[in-house]
Amino acid sequence: MGEFLMPSLGADMTEGTLVEWLVRPGDEVRHGDVVAVVDTVKSAIEVEVFESGRVDELLVEPGACVPVGTALAVIAASGEPTPAKAPAKTKPSKPRVSPVVRHLAHELGVDLAEVSGTGAEGAITRADLTRTPGPQHVSASPLARRRAADLGVDLTGVNGSGPNGAITVADVEAAGGKAAGGKAAGGKAAGATPVPAPVGGPVVSPAPASMRTAIGALMARSKREIPHYYLQTTVDVSAAMTWLEQLNADRPATRRVLPAALLLKAAATAVRSVPDVNGFFVDGAFQRSDHVHLGVAVSLRGGGLVAPAIHDADQLTVEDLMAALKDLVTRARAGRLRGSEMADPTITVTNLGDQGAELVHGVIYPPQVALVGLGRIVDRPWAVDRMLTVRPVVTATLAADHRVTDGHLGGLYLAAVAAALQNPEEL
Amino acid sequence: MNSDQARSAVLALLAEIAPEADLDLMDPGADLRTEIDLDSMDFLNLVEGLAQSTGVDIPEADYGRARSLDGLVAYLTDGGK
Repeated sequence: MGEFLMPSLGADMTEGTLVEWLVRPGDEVRHGDVVAVVDTVKSAIEVEVFESGRVDELLVEPGACVPVGTALAVIAASGEPTPAKAPAKTKPSKPRVSPVVRHLAHELGVDLAEVSGTGAEGAITRADLTRTPGPQHVSASPLARRRAADLGVDLTGVNGSGPNGAITVADVEAAGGKAAGGKAAGGKAAGATPVPAPVGGPVVSPAPASMRTAIGALMARSKREIPHYYLQTTVDVSAAMTWLEQLNADRPATRRVLPAALLLKAAATAVRSVPDVNGFFVDGAFQRSDHVHLGVAVSLRGGGLVAPAIHDADQLTVEDLMAALKDLVTRARAGRLRGSEMADPTITVTNLGDQGAELVHGVIYPPQVALVGLGRIVDRPWAVDRMLTVRPVVTATLAADHRVTDGHLGGLYLAAVAAALQNPEEL
Repeated sequence: MNSDQARSAVLALLAEIAPEADLDLMDPGADLRTEIDLDSMDFLNLVEGLAQSTGVDIPEADYGRARSLDGLVAYLTDGGK
């Protein structure tokens, strides 16, 4: 018998809101199954269970915000007898319903007899009601969630038109606008609360204050605790760019590889040369990681960023890394990241991309010990064999933890990144 | 494909990729990367989406001609010629 706890999805997380259960008491779960959706200040995260067994009891109701480490559910090991008073077995003949839920059910026109409760002892919760006719899982981008909050739109009633049915900002605005403008005359505005839609102007909202606060708290902790040192080196990437150009020339768009994938692969591969930049500094000591779980800083449209991991990035081919990156960016922006991706990056890369600045001096994500920065690829004058020519170059930086390494080792790491990019076909 | 079809194909994808951008206010001649903050992954998603919806798969070598809304519409209307 084990408890499924509110996980820590990154060093900056102290509490999380349980958005939804994807399992019910009695369900069998296996290691790695996604069982719940948890909202952190940054993003909604799909949370996996790390033991196998049967869900015995759900202890926390959707909507509750609880500290990291709070027991969310009881998982019985497979074959373990179910305790006599387990809710799955002794479901009351009449579901328990609070007056609030009964009122809501009446409003929504939901027949309570047809709803199976997921709350304590089979009680019917608000979420059970809103879920009953609609989709099981409300998937929405962080931006869409913020917009919905602004407009007072209930996402459970919105039909998503994005990838995998995810709700987009346009969907939210359509729902909000429909309710306000009365276009859906006579029809139920699908759970949307009538709130006047804003008039005109582009919808570019900054990251919500809560996300800024969380990022600020983590970065302040990093600067307070970690004695950073910074190195930079400029790398000729002409070999890498030529190789990519040839690789992509006769490929359909779906199979093209971006320079970012090559840069990330080089950053991951270089860890093998200097493993002391990869791991965690915990309780006064460095724990080197045997795996390279490469955190990738992904900026969210509308502001803020998340840095989920690509697992074992050094083991992936460039093509597989590209696919993983594409998937990660898409899910980060749609608000569908996995708990394990948030929890365990061992080193993080921030890649400024083709519109970014040339150079970034990063701030390390505690408890990691290094952050690699990759600037925009730019054409610059470059001396080759005492002759001046023009080459595409990228400025690679390393911010690393002096408690673990010093400038000498850090320099070796950047040299390894540079060397890897000279032989792209071997990446 | 006529230019109206091309334009609506591009706009439909941009609305998905950059949901917060006001596409009506966008300068159709401006580079989309700066105009509505598309990064290289966004642009690749746009090219992929256009290949699917219009059948025109813009090769990397032609990206330079296809960086703005007008450029994309012209490119798609000509069938990539």
